[in-house]
Amino acid sequence: MKKLIFILPLVLFLVLIGFFIAGLDHDSRLLPSTFIDKPAPGFSLPRLIKDDQRLSQDDLKGEVSLVNFWATWCPTCKGEHEVLMEIVKKNGIAIYGIDYKDERVAALKWVNQLGNPYRAIATDKKGNTGIDWGVYGTPETFVLDKEGIIRYKHVGAISWQDWKQTLEPIVKKLKQE
Amino acid sequence: MKLTITLLLIFLASPLCAEDQRYPFSNPEQAQQFRDLTKELRCLVCQNQSLADSDAPLAHDLRKKVYEMMLAGKSNDQIIKELVTRYGEFVLYRPRLDPQTYLLWFAPIILVVIGVIAIFIMVRRRSAGLDVKEADLQNVRKLLEDEE
Repeated sequence: MKKLIFILPLVLFLVLIGFFIAGLDHDSRLLPSTFIDKPAPGFSLPRLIKDDQRLSQDDLKGEVSLVNFWATWCPTCKGEHEVLMEIVKKNGIAIYGIDYKDERVAALKWVNQLGNPYRAIATDKKGNTGIDWGVYGTPETFVLDKEGIIRYKHVGAISWQDWKQTLEPIVKKLKQE
Repeated sequence: MKLTITLLLIFLASPLCAEDQRYPFSNPEQAQQFRDLTKELRCLVCQNQSLADSDAPLAHDLRKKVYEMMLAGKSNDQIIKELVTRYGEFVLYRPRLDPQTYLLWFAPIILVVIGVIAIFIMVRRRSAGLDVKEADLQNVRKLLEDEE
């Protein structure tokens, strides 16, 4: 009993260290999406290129797709853009872009200069769709299944490694469903 | 000194004025409700600030959203629920009391209780140590007498 009292602080200390070590790998900026396995929140936004048309959640149904929130004012999005181009080239998956709180002219210039990986781009000028989708920083990418249900969310830029290791296997699995 | 204090108060109050002008309310109760709500909600970008404190663009947008929902006549609970469905429980500055957060809420009380019990046991054991057996006492007296 007496020995236990001496060992107890050591045990508590080790438990605490255990929590700290576990915390090292935990990025508090990565929040889980509350929309996983739920239908994509409704929206209807004007398109960037064919601006007399609109894009809505119903247009996302029918095949597995990615919905990518981006903006020209977001430096991380520029790095991700190349990866998106590569993904479309290699995989052919439908990527829908939502141009978040952006200037139309700047966005048009962006796709003209850097290429357009998107099946269609919607413009979320006021950021309301972003809020509805729980976006808290661009870029964020959602993986939708054929029914238009959100199955995965990636926060931050997608690197080629992210695509190969995480996203591509998910997309492959969803395509077989 | 008085001037310094006055100036200090004015500077401290200015951010409040700015917010109030941006989101006009018809009565002070609503303005207070808005301040309370935005204080309870976390800014998702700079995570250790509330919506009321944060200057991040998303915090501006979310304050606007809260304002619009208030004008639409939604109750505090409805507004909070709408934001939780979008951003998860994390948006709440004060975690809710549910089975997932019991440990978080009750750990301090549990630790204090453990501490009190530990102190109680230690104190009792120490005072119990003074309970000397009669036989031992006699031995000691005998030894002392021998010494004399």
